Amino acid sequence: MDIIVESLTKKYGLQRAVDNISFDIQKGEIIGFLGPNGAGKTTTMKILTCFMAPTEGDVRVGGFSIREHPEKIKQMIGYLPEHNALYQDMTVMDSLRFVAQIQGVDKKILDRRIHEMIVRTGLNPEKHKKIGELSKGYKQRVGLAQAMIHDPQILILDEPTSGLDPNQIVEIRNLIREIGEEKTVVLSTHILPEVEATCSRILIINKGKIVADGTAASLRTQAQGQEILKVRLEDVDDRNLVFMSLRQLESVAMVDFLSASEMVFEIHSKAGMSSRRGIFEMCVRNQWVITELSGIETRLEDIFRDLTMN
Amino acid sequence: MKKVWIITIKELHSFFDSLSAYIMLVAFLGFSGFFTWLYGSDVFLRNQADLQVFFAIAYWTLFFFIPSLTMKMLAEEKKSGTLELLLTKAVTDWQVVTGKFLACLLLVGIALALSLPYYITVWSLGPVDHYAVWTGYLGLILVSATYISIGLFASSITSNQIVAFLTALFIGMFFHIIFDVLAGSSTGALSEVFSYLSLSTHFESVIRGVIDTRNILYFLTLILGGLVFSEINLSKRNIIG
Repeated sequence: MDIIVESLTKKYGLQRAVDNISFDIQKGEIIGFLGPNGAGKTTTMKILTCFMAPTEGDVRVGGFSIREHPEKIKQMIGYLPEHNALYQDMTVMDSLRFVAQIQGVDKKILDRRIHEMIVRTGLNPEKHKKIGELSKGYKQRVGLAQAMIHDPQILILDEPTSGLDPNQIVEIRNLIREIGEEKTVVLSTHILPEVEATCSRILIINKGKIVADGTAASLRTQAQGQEILKVRLEDVDDRNLVFMSLRQLESVAMVDFLSASEMVFEIHSKAGMSSRRGIFEMCVRNQWVITELSGIETRLEDIFRDLTMN
Repeated sequence: MKKVWIITIKELHSFFDSLSAYIMLVAFLGFSGFFTWLYGSDVFLRNQADLQVFFAIAYWTLFFFIPSLTMKMLAEEKKSGTLELLLTKAVTDWQVVTGKFLACLLLVGIALALSLPYYITVWSLGPVDHYAVWTGYLGLILVSATYISIGLFASSITSNQIVAFLTALFIGMFFHIIFDVLAGSSTGALSEVFSYLSLSTHFESVIRGVIDTRNILYFLTLILGGLVFSEINLSKRNIIG
């Protein structure tokens, strides 16, 4: 099920929470929606889930417009809201049954679906408890279970791992990845490693506008534009000789010392060129021993900061 | 309609799970029973086998009890954020509002049904005008539906339950008594208008067994008005967020 967002704008008074954004999401993608607090992530999700109408623009989900067929779209979407509000005085079973019924799950498969969800999210030991009595991690699982109960084509998760312990985070991420194999998943977060761990594509939003769109790898190349290598050598006496030799390589744009005492260099290649082979051949000629030759990756944090802090 | 019913059942469950239903039932039956059988101009003092005292008391007790049932309906969902959970499911705002309305009405219906033993007891004491009893119950149901609708509207304008409760009482007060008083203290066409606006005029006419389209129209307008305005308030999130 595709999601097509067309020049979406949402104003709160004079403030533009979402400012003329457009993007497409194809079936089977796991989209990470990144952005600082107040960037417009939650507002966009509220519009995608038909909770709010946009001021301008439109969203089409599987061909249906949110303005004309919100009921159809709501049925195709499973949504875990930001603060995961649940009916505290209902039991896990009752609340899942209620959501399943209201989402139009067939009576014949209702009990089976509830059972499947409970097993899949590991809620079995807690299923007869009231939701208000559950720990935060279990509540989050109930939230996920209610979002998936009607087997939606699209899952929209607003900060799915917030407040969970590291073990639960891993579990939930695995679950999301598993679901992502067959469904479209849109998840928002400001935990960057989470995006790398789970998402096939990243959208960074800042002040209501999309500032980056691509895979983690493509964002990195886009951000740095050139290869950066770290080289560590042994059995070399003269640091300056190495420095000069490296600079003479055709593909090298810049060389820098990374350490005052050790033979460690940072090498920036010219755009579109790689220096790995040249460095290796040069070291072989000079009989220098390479103990490390690795690419330095721009961290996602840096990209994020670059894009979201003017 | 099926969706409305699912919401109705869920809300009824939550009334009974949270004890509020039991408290309401016990208090309603206790109050009205006390005044019908034991205190003031009760059945024995009047020495008449009818339920007029019960209807008069119930008219007042429902006026106070209904806002306490309706106050949480939308206000609590807004405050706790479950409204978002509910409205992102495959339901319309209208289905949510009517589902909640029906749940309250059913609970009041249960309360009234539980008062049927009063009717049977009175019947055993002497000859009863059955028609008057049934129109009395009909009147109470119409009045209840009106107050539930007003209560839902009050609950839709705020996320604070106490504010919702007081607003419902405040609005209800006009229909319950203030218009009646104004009708009494004014003359001519103005008095007519206030009299038509007063709920008690219509309630009394219904329990006397005089049910015409003016009465029905009056109740339906108030009920539908409350529901429509509640729905409008819910969908306001689309404009201001």
